[in-house]
Amino acid sequence: MRVKYFAWVRERVGVAEETVQPPADVRTVTDLIGWLSSRGEAYAYAFEKPKVIRAAIDHAHVKPDAAIAGAREIAFFPPMTGG
Amino acid sequence: MSVTATIRIQEADFDVAQEIAALSKGRTDVGAIVTFSGVCRGSENGEPIAALTLEHYPGMAEAEIGRHADEALARWPLQGLTIIHRFGRIAPGENIVLVVTASSHRQAAFEAADFLMDYLKTNAPFWKREESEKGTSWIEARDHDDAAAARWTKP
Repeated sequence: MRVKYFAWVRERVGVAEETVQPPADVRTVTDLIGWLSSRGEAYAYAFEKPKVIRAAIDHAHVKPDAAIAGAREIAFFPPMTGG
Repeated sequence: MSVTATIRIQEADFDVAQEIAALSKGRTDVGAIVTFSGVCRGSENGEPIAALTLEHYPGMAEAEIGRHADEALARWPLQGLTIIHRFGRIAPGENIVLVVTASSHRQAAFEAADFLMDYLKTNAPFWKREESEKGTSWIEARDHDDAAAARWTKP
């Protein structure tokens, strides 16, 4: 699946997007954050406060317990500040 | 006749008068037009800023604004709706966002515009970074924007 990062999450991770293949036991958005955080210091720093991170699956906002099965694109970002 | 919202996510500036005219020209069923323009301030918390840079999530920005436009069209009797949101570097005094609602009567136009701005602020995937003499920093989301958006959720 493709993972995208925006705003300071993108700056901390160091890439705007990447393709990942998490193990089968990574089932939810929270699981994915945990797995990404284990991939290195930059990820751990980006996700150090998981509660402030928002997620979207295939362009729709989702809650942390949302299942990631079948997702084509998952995005992580800080709370929105548009308008 | 069903109404389709005009939604544009663009780097270029827009002309408010032209957008109003596009919704109302040649029509006699429109009795009220409300516009909200969000403009870049020259200071934030008393500190002067040089510019804002807006990052957005292409694809999701259109989808998310489209969902809220559809909800506004379902909730209020609108005759026209235009939403424009800019991205990129925006200097103080320049436009950031525009909502134009047209209806037969003013209440629907006011309420729909208010609803849309509350949701744009909290749900549309845009992030503002400010530039000042001290450098650049991301603007943090405000709790009162979430509270404002929550007003529109039916119990």
